[in-house]
Amino acid sequence: MLLIDCPYCGPRAEIEFAYGGEAHIARPAADVSEVEWSAFLYLRDNTKGVLAERWRHSHGCGRFFNALRDTRTDQFHAFYEIGTPRPDMGGAV
Amino acid sequence: MSGAFRLAGRGCIDTTRPVVFRFDGQMVRGYAGDTVASALLAEGRHLMGRSFKYHRPRGPVSAGSDEPNALIGVGEGGRYTPNLRATQVEIYGGMVAVSQNRAPSLRFDIGALNTLAAPLLPAGFYYKTFMWPRGFWDKVYEPLIRRAAGLGRAPTAPDPDHYALHYAHCDVLVAGGGPAGLAAALAAGQAGARVILCDENAECGGSLLTDTYSLIDGLPCGEWVVRIVAELQRLPNVQLLTRCSAFNYGPHNMVALNQRLTDHLAMPPTDMPRERIWQVRAREVVLAAGALERVLVFEGNDRPGIMLASAARTYLHRYGVACGRKAIVVTADDAAYRVALDLAEAGMKVAAIADLRPAPGGPLVEAARARGIEVLPATTIQRAHGHLRVTGAELAPVGADGTVGKGRTVSCDLVLMSGGFTPSLHLHSQARGALRFDDALGVYLPGESIERVRSAGSCRGVFALDDVLRDGVAAGLAAAGGETGPVWTVTRQDAPGTGGFAGVLPRRGPGHLALAFVDFQNDVTAKDVKLAVREGFRSIEHVKRYTTTGMATDQGKGSNVNALAIVSNVLGRRPEEIGLTTYRPPYTPVTFGAFAGHARGDQFDPLRLPPMDAWARAQGAVFEDVGLWRRARYFPRAGEDMAMAVARECRAVRAVAGIFDASTLGKIEVAGPDAAEFMNRFYVNAWTKLGVGKCRYGLVCRDSGFVYDDGVVGRIAADRFHVTTTTGGAAGVLNMMEDYLQTEWPDLDVWLTSITEQWAVIALQGPRARDILAPLVDGLDISAGAMPHMALREGTIGGVPMRLFRVSFTGELGYEINVPSSQAQAVWDRVWQAGAAFGLTPYGTEAMHVLRAEKGYLIVGQETDGTMTPGDVGCSWAVSKVKPDFIGKRALALPALNAPDRLQMVGVLTDDPRLVLEEGMQLVPAADSPMPMSAEGHVTSSYFSPALDRSIAIAMVKGGRGRMGTSLYAPSLDGPAVKVMLVDPVFYDPEGARLNG
Amino acid sequence: MVEIAEGCALAGLPPMVRLVVQGRPAALDAAAASLGLDAPPPMLRVASGVGGSALRLGPFELLILPTLEGRAGLDAALAPVPHSLVEVSDRNVGFLLEGARAADILAGLCPLDFALSSFPVGMVTRTLLDKAGAMIWRTDAHSFHVEVWRSFGPYVEAQMREVAKGISFSLLTV
Repeated sequence: MLLIDCPYCGPRAEIEFAYGGEAHIARPAADVSEVEWSAFLYLRDNTKGVLAERWRHSHGCGRFFNALRDTRTDQFHAFYEIGTPRPDMGGAV
Repeated sequence: MSGAFRLAGRGCIDTTRPVVFRFDGQMVRGYAGDTVASALLAEGRHLMGRSFKYHRPRGPVSAGSDEPNALIGVGEGGRYTPNLRATQVEIYGGMVAVSQNRAPSLRFDIGALNTLAAPLLPAGFYYKTFMWPRGFWDKVYEPLIRRAAGLGRAPTAPDPDHYALHYAHCDVLVAGGGPAGLAAALAAGQAGARVILCDENAECGGSLLTDTYSLIDGLPCGEWVVRIVAELQRLPNVQLLTRCSAFNYGPHNMVALNQRLTDHLAMPPTDMPRERIWQVRAREVVLAAGALERVLVFEGNDRPGIMLASAARTYLHRYGVACGRKAIVVTADDAAYRVALDLAEAGMKVAAIADLRPAPGGPLVEAARARGIEVLPATTIQRAHGHLRVTGAELAPVGADGTVGKGRTVSCDLVLMSGGFTPSLHLHSQARGALRFDDALGVYLPGESIERVRSAGSCRGVFALDDVLRDGVAAGLAAAGGETGPVWTVTRQDAPGTGGFAGVLPRRGPGHLALAFVDFQNDVTAKDVKLAVREGFRSIEHVKRYTTTGMATDQGKGSNVNALAIVSNVLGRRPEEIGLTTYRPPYTPVTFGAFAGHARGDQFDPLRLPPMDAWARAQGAVFEDVGLWRRARYFPRAGEDMAMAVARECRAVRAVAGIFDASTLGKIEVAGPDAAEFMNRFYVNAWTKLGVGKCRYGLVCRDSGFVYDDGVVGRIAADRFHVTTTTGGAAGVLNMMEDYLQTEWPDLDVWLTSITEQWAVIALQGPRARDILAPLVDGLDISAGAMPHMALREGTIGGVPMRLFRVSFTGELGYEINVPSSQAQAVWDRVWQAGAAFGLTPYGTEAMHVLRAEKGYLIVGQETDGTMTPGDVGCSWAVSKVKPDFIGKRALALPALNAPDRLQMVGVLTDDPRLVLEEGMQLVPAADSPMPMSAEGHVTSSYFSPALDRSIAIAMVKGGRGRMGTSLYAPSLDGPAVKVMLVDPVFYDPEGARLNG
Repeated sequence: MVEIAEGCALAGLPPMVRLVVQGRPAALDAAAASLGLDAPPPMLRVASGVGGSALRLGPFELLILPTLEGRAGLDAALAPVPHSLVEVSDRNVGFLLEGARAADILAGLCPLDFALSSFPVGMVTRTLLDKAGAMIWRTDAHSFHVEVWRSFGPYVEAQMREVAKGISFSLLTV
């Protein structure tokens, strides 16, 4: 069971959270092309490596937040609030 | 002393406490402290089981959790547990144990004929042999194989015991209580860390419990262990858990331990859990898992009486048992010499030590020679003789070029083997730690890990006792952040052995490798592994799956390294180029009871009861599960079946009034200055113009354009909406609302609160609903003019705060009375009493479904399947045409979502009005459409309608709205296809006159 | 109180008024002030004033257990600022779990670390008690105020009793 460091509550067990899929996917305006809208709905990177993803502390504070997780190892590199940019990991990962 | 092979004055068993138990119906005498294996060995019995595939007679190979052969069933009735390792099962008075996989008896087993068929049962035999004739698989081959193969039977009676689960947290978890683990735990504990030390055995000590040679600070090892355990117990920050196996190492240092609490007790205290799972979150983990001695692979290596050298030493020193009278030792490692010396010192005859190495030397070898034991250098074991017990072995010389010469047969009743020691990497590997091959030791060692973990002692290739203790202390200090730790001096010890062997032993001629076992438990032979490679399997992971080597419940503890070496030799590639298979949890088998923990029976899942549940039970309701809720399905009267009861309830609602507990509806309060704006963006409907005191049917789509949920929404105030959702959709809708609010529209000043359980909902539906309710609502005017359909009023009912919705899911005049849950029953009682004179009837979820289907009202999740648009289900009217954006808007404009041949919701009538279609039936164009048919649609809801006195159904049909009046056919499994007519889905009161009454 | 294990007693809490206040910082400040507090409690902490207790369950959320007077003052205090105030008195049911083994009982159902250093007196949080969402507030070293949604009450109570059944055989104190 992963240990997830909620930016508001601190480290908690994974069962308190709900996964929210890939992060930083902006919802386009309603006048974009069909191709763009379909991409927004269905196209994801399926990253092998460090992925920015969303979590919700659904059985805690209820807040959504973002995390950087290495999909190869499940190690987290950062937790950050919705609306803030993806942290620059430099050359670390 | 009981047992002819028991040695007086030896072992740690309590000879003042005899223990009698049964094995295969026979009384066996042992002593407190014995295992089933040690007690049977004390009687000279090695035969304890039959093998999985060939029913080969088998005896214990080991003295611990790595045992592949001696698997037994223990207990009776619901307490029976199969496949336990006799080498670990502690005996108690009255215990009932049985051997497994034999018929009719352990000594004479009919299935052993499988051995003769071994040439027909090679690796992957089930892929090859039983392919023809095809029909034979189900009826002949599979039943035969299932009967012949297998381990213990599963118990069928309910398990009477209870099991516990606990979460625990610590700074340092030490897995393994041998010398490294004890040293690590004491060092970490003295440094002030919160420490948990677990060991799978009944007591800590590990290899020290059988080491009668080494001295630590001048103390015999056993005494040193007692001293250290006492020191640990004095530390309040250290917890010692024995009979407790670390079986799973999960991400982020979550390690699962399985503690066996009562299985060794004849009379466990009442209420004591049988087992407990500890879910330990550790800041740091120290693995002190030790090393396992390897078996040797030679012909007949599975005969009872052939075991690991270290096991014989354990039986001698722990249990005072001589495993035989005359032993042959076959080794590639020095450690077996110490065993031979111990056995000789205890009075057993060691006929010879066959050493695979060309020129063994050193103090241990010299000591053996000095003791008069014949040491045969450069000698292999060509084969073992015997059937139910080994009777001898051919020992043969290995030439400098590796060829094996003619040997001589030496009689014996015990063969001890030692291929050297394999570090136990299971937990390290489960935590996805890398492994690295060590050329000097010829084994894999733990490499880098992403977890905060370190290995100590022999599980990382450190074997000399003084080194092990230092390694343990260092690991404990590093994990705890300590500076200085305890220091001990090992005043006498054996130098760690060099050498070791993996793979098939050298042999003369082709031999019969079909009977040289690599994986005892799965009956995988050296021949099987070689065959797999010859047939083209190159990856060790594929070899594993094809041959099943390493896939038994022992997780390849004894077999993996030998299998790897065989593959390596056949391919001519170095072991590290081949790699090791991934270790899977659990390290040792864990019972289902332990996994279930508290979650069993009524407590498996929360049972959510709506507020009027007790009333419904008193009325004799029949219930159904709806998610976690238990809801009243119908209220049968004497002599009524479900159809009769539901029909009566439906008629009562249409004729008079019915009362229904609708409390499970999801409810969300949406409040804040931007509430209307939020609702506009979230729902497909428009909300700006909805006045306070009014409600509206709301439909939620995903951004994919597909219907997600629906429900009535009332406007309580300009900045406050009372939203309802489906029962099953409550949590999902709230989550989706929070998602958009927090991540897309954080600028909106609006907040969401779940009020599902704050408000109970009493639905009062039917033409007399107003007459029943009007006198109860404390002066509120609910006349048709004052409170029309889709109006909402706040007030009180008998002084209880109320939100009253005039809404209908039945097509009748109706109300949904929302009152605080704690007072719902009192209000219900008042309504019930007021309705008695009218013939008010309680109805359940089944009547609710029929009534709504008569009206063609959609149920999300029944008519929809996650790919239906509002248009598909006839709800285009709900979708705002003017809002600039809402969830789903862009997708609903996609051409594919507006194609004319999309599935559309229609009504369906059978020609025969008595015939009720099955929900899920496919609809096809012709009665005799050739196979394969392509469906034009499918039935989603189907009932007998009391109001229409005929069957009705709702279906999703391609382009259905344009096909009204045409026919389709519903093919049936048990009769001719049923002809159906497509009609408007509103079967009853299409004008809606009754709603507005 | 009913003793469910040696050193642990359980009681249902009487009905009480529960209010959820949500809003931006100004709203939480106003709510806190109306209870007589200088400021809202920090995340996962409880503060009590003359008007009642405020439990900080989320960055934008307080659960308020008001006194009679505290309840009356809240509406007025919040009126000038955007906010949501919703009564959930009947949504939750409460339990009081007390005794030296109380934390051990919770640890049988909840993955939180209940060591005093990790979960001090005055801390509150939502979490899970096995399969039920719950709120746990440590009111004293050996005393917990536990709340769950009404329909989960019987389940959680039975689970606590089930854990209690075996707790005296547990060596480990969390």
